[in-house]
Amino acid sequence: MILLHSNPHFAQRWEALTPEQRARFGVDHLALTRELAGSGELVVSEGLADPALARWVSTADGSPVVADAPFAETKEHLAGFYLVDVADAARAEEIAARVPDAVWGLVEVRPVLDMSGWDM
Amino acid sequence: MIEALREAAPVALAVLVRRHRDFDACEDALQEALLAASRIWAADGVPDNPTGWLVTTATRRLVEGVRRDTARRRREEADARRASEGAVGATDDTLALLLLCCHPALRVPSQVALTLRAVGGLTTAEIARGLLLPEPTVAQRISRAKARLTELGRAFEVPDAGQRRDRLPAVLAVLSVVFTEGHTASAGETLQRTDLADEAIRLARVLAAALEGAPEHGEAAGLLALMLLTDARRAARTGPDGGLVPLAEQDRTRWDPARMAEGTALVTAVLRDGVPGPYTVQAAIAAVHAEAGRAQDTDWPQVLALYDTLVGLWPDPMARLGRLVALGEVHGPAAALAELDALDEPGLRGHHRVAAVRAHLAEAAGRPDEAVAAYREAARRTASAPERAYLLDRASRVGGTG
Repeated sequence: MILLHSNPHFAQRWEALTPEQRARFGVDHLALTRELAGSGELVVSEGLADPALARWVSTADGSPVVADAPFAETKEHLAGFYLVDVADAARAEEIAARVPDAVWGLVEVRPVLDMSGWDM
Repeated sequence: MIEALREAAPVALAVLVRRHRDFDACEDALQEALLAASRIWAADGVPDNPTGWLVTTATRRLVEGVRRDTARRRREEADARRASEGAVGATDDTLALLLLCCHPALRVPSQVALTLRAVGGLTTAEIARGLLLPEPTVAQRISRAKARLTELGRAFEVPDAGQRRDRLPAVLAVLSVVFTEGHTASAGETLQRTDLADEAIRLARVLAAALEGAPEHGEAAGLLALMLLTDARRAARTGPDGGLVPLAEQDRTRWDPARMAEGTALVTAVLRDGVPGPYTVQAAIAAVHAEAGRAQDTDWPQVLALYDTLVGLWPDPMARLGRLVALGEVHGPAAALAELDALDEPGLRGHHRVAAVRAHLAEAAGRPDEAVAAYREAARRTASAPERAYLLDRASRVGGTG
């Protein structure tokens, strides 16, 4: 799982970019998604809407309670993700380095827990 | 009938690709022929020459597909009839097809999917279920791989001895990946999963048969033996709650005796005939475990000797770790811990199995605090859910009240 993080500091830098630079970012994401679909390594990739739209869901006495984000000032939030199925960690890192967000240092690679195990 | 179809399909595909070069188109045409076969054979019975039937039918589809003139079609069909008389070279064709599917220009996940499709005869949906992936991902993987092979436009021919030697490790590696994918610890899931462990065993049998008499036969048979001996433990690997049961704690009465006997016989024959490769040595280690009726009956000195051979043959860090477990059983956990401390392998740095082995040895050496810390570290570092659950469970058992 390749996680793309964001934070208020990044949001300011994003606004300072020219429209061309911002468009380029989107185009590069699309190109990478297409390429990974082509190689058969892409499972799914999505960008996430602003955390202002986030809802926190909990249960109280078995009934759902839905609320806005509990803190006004989130330091770091998830902006998008790529789920890829690749041969090894090195390949996942190679792909992560090509995510446009990597220039901001906001890309994290995490293995997905799998259900296989070793009995030796 | 399904068996006949699955055996004939890869041979038919090999014949088609050798004749027409276009892997992609041939595979599509064969899929149509297979559909027709499943319908017609169900009604009329399996033909005397199933491969010939498939080649002829697929060739007709191919020819219709490219709208060649009728004269050429007649000539091609006559060729197809001639080529499919008798199944001479069927195993060579299957081998050539395996080598093609594991072509170095493809990434391993593509090699795996294509092998399952072209040689295993599985549908895209079955492969997706087996690999626990969405179907579009697998469909894309297969179609890109086929297109890539077509781009390469390699003449499809029975590989010579040199090509066979160079490319066989990739085939063995792909079959191992297929087996490992299927060899999942979670019993619940396997019910809905395509049984890739069984499929890998079937393909390894095909490969070993195709290599009969060749110098590479030993390692193919060794891989098959390793799969059989590992798969023999399938029923005992998971507890009633779906948790992982390590080798030392497995109920050995639940090991499959037929699988063990076949695997042991295979590995014995390979060891008798020549110098064993890494798969054969790993199979021999599994065979020593299979011989022990109880964990405490394990012939650890023999396991250790085999691991010594293995690390000499194969620079795999996991083999070195396995050797340390055996060393701990033979010379005591303190000796193994000392070697583990001295082990400086780039491939092992930060690996969860190093921490797991350290925990196991520390526990055996009567150092519970060190064991608990190492079990917890291993649990944090593993990407396997059943292993994580097992390691945390060990930590709490050793820690007692800690």
